[in-house]
Amino acid sequence: MTTNDTMIEFRDVHKYYGDYHALRGITATIRPGEFFSLLGPSGCGKTTLLRTIAGFEGISSGAVLIDGRDMAGVPANKRPTNMVFQSYAIFPHLSVAENVGFGLRRDTRSKEEKAKAVAEALEMVGLKGYGSRAAHALSGGQRQRVALARALILKPKVLLLDEPLSALDKKMREQMQVELIRLQRQVGITFILVTHDQEEALVMSDRIAVMFEGEIAQLADPETLYRRPNSRKVADFIGTMNFLPAKVLSESSDAVEIDAAGFGRIHIEASQVMGGATAEGATVGFRPETLTILYEGSAATDRESMATIEEVVYFGDMTYYDVRIDGTEAPVRISMRNVFGRPVLDRGARARVGWSPGALVLFR
Amino acid sequence: MKSPLFRSYTIAYLVFLYAPIVLLPIFAFNDSKVIAFPLQGFTTNWFKEMWADVTLWNAVRNSMTISISVAVISTTLGLFAARASTRFKFPAKAGIMGLIMLPLVLPEMIVAMSMLVVLLAVGIELSIFTIILGHVLICTPFAVAILSSAFQSLDNSLEEAAYDLGETPLSTFWLIILPLVMPGIISSLLICFTISLDEFIIAYFLGGNETVLSVYIYGQFRFPAKVPAIMALGTILVLLSITLLAIAEYFRRRGIARSGGKDTGGFL
Repeated sequence: MTTNDTMIEFRDVHKYYGDYHALRGITATIRPGEFFSLLGPSGCGKTTLLRTIAGFEGISSGAVLIDGRDMAGVPANKRPTNMVFQSYAIFPHLSVAENVGFGLRRDTRSKEEKAKAVAEALEMVGLKGYGSRAAHALSGGQRQRVALARALILKPKVLLLDEPLSALDKKMREQMQVELIRLQRQVGITFILVTHDQEEALVMSDRIAVMFEGEIAQLADPETLYRRPNSRKVADFIGTMNFLPAKVLSESSDAVEIDAAGFGRIHIEASQVMGGATAEGATVGFRPETLTILYEGSAATDRESMATIEEVVYFGDMTYYDVRIDGTEAPVRISMRNVFGRPVLDRGARARVGWSPGALVLFR
Repeated sequence: MKSPLFRSYTIAYLVFLYAPIVLLPIFAFNDSKVIAFPLQGFTTNWFKEMWADVTLWNAVRNSMTISISVAVISTTLGLFAARASTRFKFPAKAGIMGLIMLPLVLPEMIVAMSMLVVLLAVGIELSIFTIILGHVLICTPFAVAILSSAFQSLDNSLEEAAYDLGETPLSTFWLIILPLVMPGIISSLLICFTISLDEFIIAYFLGGNETVLSVYIYGQFRFPAKVPAIMALGTILVLLSITLLAIAEYFRRRGIARSGGKDTGGFL
């Protein structure tokens, strides 16, 4: 398949380490120019999958295609991919310019042209004039940039990033996230990012594949993943989601009628119904911000329930309330943006909670 | 730790260690055949006598041939073993590495004796070559130990990065791995050279008619008249050792500075 809308294709990829089944039938396509993330807890196979693209890891069965070409038997140094390693892997005995220009050794261009390419690459990552510095004297963020320049100078079809931000502190990480997005738009190369940080994946990606135990649990754009997770496991992994037990009363082809404790009878559209329930049976899930505490004069919502506030966590711009809706056993979390003139409620207070059936997801 | 007891202990310890070595150059320039105080006056005759000794030069030539060969062979073998043990997984790895390291704790006498028996039984004539065999056996563990630590501090991603950027496994080894483990290689060469140079038992057992420096010096002590010349030779060996150590330390520090590591330990 050499269509223009596929850069990478996994065809039923399996990988065994001895008896351990690390990749269990991965089938997916990644589009050209896409910022794609492999997200999952450690040990889910996301790094292994990335390394099968780079050619550092062979596969036991199936196929990996890059730009329509089967990569079976193609070694890492012959693949049109470059990688930014978790440890950055900056060559400590070379200067910044020698590091960045390392991949050009086999290039037939003249010395001057190569030097110009190195200077351009350094400028692109914001390290103009750093060429003669010793690589080991750089800070973490600067190493990251050198690693990026070194990979991008070869104009690969795909740039692979293996948890590139995990070694940076929070502030630096947020800054680099924005820069990576900008850089990706600028060069237009397909970026594939491995991360265990769901927030990072949501911020940066066009599409995300959530992986558990060697399988892709859901592959979707960030908004779909957040609003319509296809299983409780995905819902739990991405952001915070509240769950309440539900009973299915009746169903038709385009909707389900349920009875959820504290919420009463709810009409749920088929697009909000997911599989992937746990042994507990059917549950309704909803994000903390989809519930609202109603004050005097608040705009009306579709439905209302009464609740008792059990815990208040004040975050400055936000307040998190753990509330127990009348008729339920476990508290649920509600997040409210703090607005001037609106008091933060106290523990033990009674409150009206507004919600809308359209924001719920049913797992059954 | 500023107690006077500790201070005097430290001083006594250092005197015990270095006083005999300080005596070497003193008596090497003393104008007397007897090694005793008081000193008799300054002379360079012992150096001239030593310089003119043909059997000494022969021993030096043998020792140099052996030590340089041993340093190169042991370090090369050590390079293979260290690389294999740090990079690859293979069956019975722990057992194999243990057997390679075993000569480190095996009494040299046992190594020398058993090798002598085997060599005689097989019918290989004793020569410089048989000494080299014995020395490689005892030096390789040192080389493996030094080089393993050099390879262990090497990030595997560096190799993958070079590979990812288009290099072959061979050119990656040449461009990335070798320069980064070079300080370890130089340390290994110098230490193997030194161990081989002053080794006595194996050189004595397996040398046949070939005399090396250590065996020659031991032999000369039977003739009191020769002792001052030995002192002169000893003086030169001390200077040579200090020079080698300084070179090794220079390369070690340069290696650390270039890779940006933190200096821990070292010789000087």
